[in-house]
Parts: sequence; structure tokens; C-alpha cells
Amino acid sequence: MNTFISKIKIAALLCGISGFSVLALAGEMKDTGTSGAGQNKIEIKDFAFNPQTITVKSGEKITWINRDEEPHTVVSVAKQFKKSTALDTDQEFTVVAGSPGTYSYFCSVHPKMTGTIIVKQ
Amino acid sequence: MSDYISHDHEHDGIDRRGFLKCMAWAGTGVLWTISGGVLVSRTLAEVAKTGSSLPTATDLSFLQISDSHIGFNKAANKDVTETFKIALDRINAMPAPPSFLIHTGDITQLSKPEEFDTFDQILKSCRTKDVFYVPGEHDVLNDGGKVYRERYLKNVQGKGSGWYSFNKNGVHFIGLVNVLDLQAGGLGQLGDEQLEWLEDDVKGLGADTPIVVFAHIPLWTVYPQWGWGTSDSERALGYLKRFGSVTVLNGHIHQVLQKVEGNVTFHTAMSTAFPQPAPGTAPSPGPLTVPAEKLRSMLGLTSVQYKQGKTALAVVDSTLS
Repeated sequence: MNTFISKIKIAALLCGISGFSVLALAGEMKDTGTSGAGQNKIEIKDFAFNPQTITVKSGEKITWINRDEEPHTVVSVAKQFKKSTALDTDQEFTVVAGSPGTYSYFCSVHPKMTGTIIVKQ
Repeated sequence: MSDYISHDHEHDGIDRRGFLKCMAWAGTGVLWTISGGVLVSRTLAEVAKTGSSLPTATDLSFLQISDSHIGFNKAANKDVTETFKIALDRINAMPAPPSFLIHTGDITQLSKPEEFDTFDQILKSCRTKDVFYVPGEHDVLNDGGKVYRERYLKNVQGKGSGWYSFNKNGVHFIGLVNVLDLQAGGLGQLGDEQLEWLEDDVKGLGADTPIVVFAHIPLWTVYPQWGWGTSDSERALGYLKRFGSVTVLNGHIHQVLQKVEGNVTFHTAMSTAFPQPAPGTAPSPGPLTVPAEKLRSMLGLTSVQYKQGKTALAVVDSTLS
């Protein structure tokens, strides 16, 4: 398992996907170190975000991992957080939840794919 | 000369008898011939076999290739470079080369410069040098299509995000971009600016001018659940309604589907890289992995058959055979 995760990390690093951004405004940005195994995981599989709606606490990490053979992106509908680059198979993207609220996002490559993040205090 | 259809568009004021012949389909490339203002398609394999059916010097022939996905290396096809090469070999083996190629998008898998480089390098082996492009979503992943425009749309002086038109042998060709600025929950999109340009672009053309429109995502609603359609394509087609012959060529779905609506023939091409499932037959539209010995035939031998109706055109679309 460890090997698997570090492989992902290396892959992400090589591809320039440091994959770290913060929901909401720049003023709330926190230095959170490395990406990876957060408790709030969203799996991208079969052209869908699973779970489609996730509820997290402010300050927690949210990590998407792409399990498809197709590249996907994570893009805030209202441009409330930095968008991911195209994630290839097994690549990850992580954000840190900012201020409480509801954040809609989608895959800009396959816009039928949508998801929601609910951030609580 | 197995299957063919002849059809005529019976529309008031348009004295055009449509004759569309489409035989066994080579997924690696389709030869389109404009003869008497009507498009005829046939496979490269068929052309190679029956050199006699080649267009005459005054005809225009061109070829559509699509969805090369250079850089893809998953189970569905570990060597997309090789299958792309084979496609070009087929073109080079034609007794008379087509006037030009149209690539309907997804040159690359991940928009990487090295993927574009590989494509360009392999393409050099093609005898036909003139190529017209429209981007697929895989070509514009991270930069809004900047690199793509610089590489492939410079010569055609693409407007906006890259759309353009040109004339060849009396045929008006229109390359559209429907893979950028996509909206959450939506389909492919042309956008107001491009639609206004299109309206203006065809304004001065006579109704008897044959029109060929090419874009990556289908300009008809193939399967919206998988995003296989373009949200504002109806408006685009509205501007083309008055024309006697409109042919719409798309890629994106890696399989042949065809629909005829009035004077408009919609057609999607196969990929040179990997097949995708027929609409709704899989959990997602992701790459379809078939047994290795079958892959080539999935890419290379798909037939589209048409059958002649009594009065109006009757079309039977068949996907992978």
C-alpha cells in the first residue's frame, strides 16, 4: 500500500501535479505540506465523482484520485478554487477546505461530470 | 461493391439528387469524394482493391482521420503510434492520394508537447501533406488550446478559439471548435461568437454550394448521458438549412454512426487508437478493451450500410460489425 501511494506521489510530482489548493479565498490559504491520503477521498471512476457530494470540515483536505483510463479535471464552477490540471490514471489532486459553504465543481473535459463539496465549520 | 445506397433529397426548390455510397468502412481512414456536388465515402481497403473507382481528375477527394490519442498506452491499445502508422500506410497505398486530410481531433491523449511531436513526426511519412485540423478535448487540456492553435491552426488563420472555413473545388468547408469553455453539466459547445461567425460565413453562398462541416464532438445528439452531443448545434444547423447538401463529419465517439436529416448527413468516424462502447452499452464511454487479435478489426473493419427507400432516403446505421 505504501509503495502504491509513493508511486502516485512520484507520478504526480513528475507530472507537475503538486495538486494542492485551497477552497475559497487566498487569504484563507494554509500551508499544508504534502498531498495524499486524506480522509476525504473522492474517487473518479466511470466518468463520475464518488461520492458525488461530500461534507467536510473547514481545514480538512479533500483528495480526488482518478481511476479511469481517461483524463479528468476538477474545476470549480464559480472559480472558487484553483483548478486541477488534467489528471491521468491514478493521479491525485488535493485541496484544503476553506470557509463554510457549498462548492460545485465539474470536470472541464467531460462537463457532464459534476460534484459538490459542503464545507462545515 | 457490396452495400450501397442511393438516395435523393426531395426538397422543394432543390434539384439535387443525392447519391451516397458507403461500403465497408476502414476505421483507419475514410475517403470522401465530391462528385457532382455530392459526397461519396468509401474505405481505403475498398479503394485499394478497386482502383478503377477512383475519382477523376476534376473530382475532389479528401480523407478524414480522427482520434489518434498519441500517448495513450492502456489495455485498449498499448501501441497507438503503431496503429496510427498503419493508417498512414493505408493512405500511402492508395493508387491516387487524397487531395488533403481532415483530422477531427484528439491528436493526443494528454496534450503533451512530446505527444504532438510524435504525431507530427509520424505524419511526415504521409504522402498527402495538406491537413486541416480541429481540436478534440484531449488536445486542449491545460492551456485552453494555445499550443494546439500555434501548431495546427496557424495556416488557416483560425478565428476565436480556432474556427475557420475554406473552399475547395466549389465545396465550402467549415472547421468548428466545440471542445472549449464547456459548462458544468453540459455537452460540447460552440458559443455565441462562433455561431455569429458561422452565420456570417455562409451568408453569401448560394444554396447549391455543397457544405462540409467538421468538428470533434458530434454536432447531433448521439447520447447526451455520455456527453456525446453539442448543446448549441441546432443553431448552427439552422444557418445551414437552406443548403442542398450538408455533410457533418465528427469524431470523438470512436465508432461509425450516421444519421440523415433532410439535406444533412451526419457522420462520425472511427479512431485510429481504440474503440469505445456503443452508446449506453457500458458503465461509461471509456476505452473499450477487446481481445488483442480483435483490436485491428475494431479499428479497421466497420461497415456502414445504407438501403434505398422508395421515395425518401432510408438509412440504416450500423456500428461495429
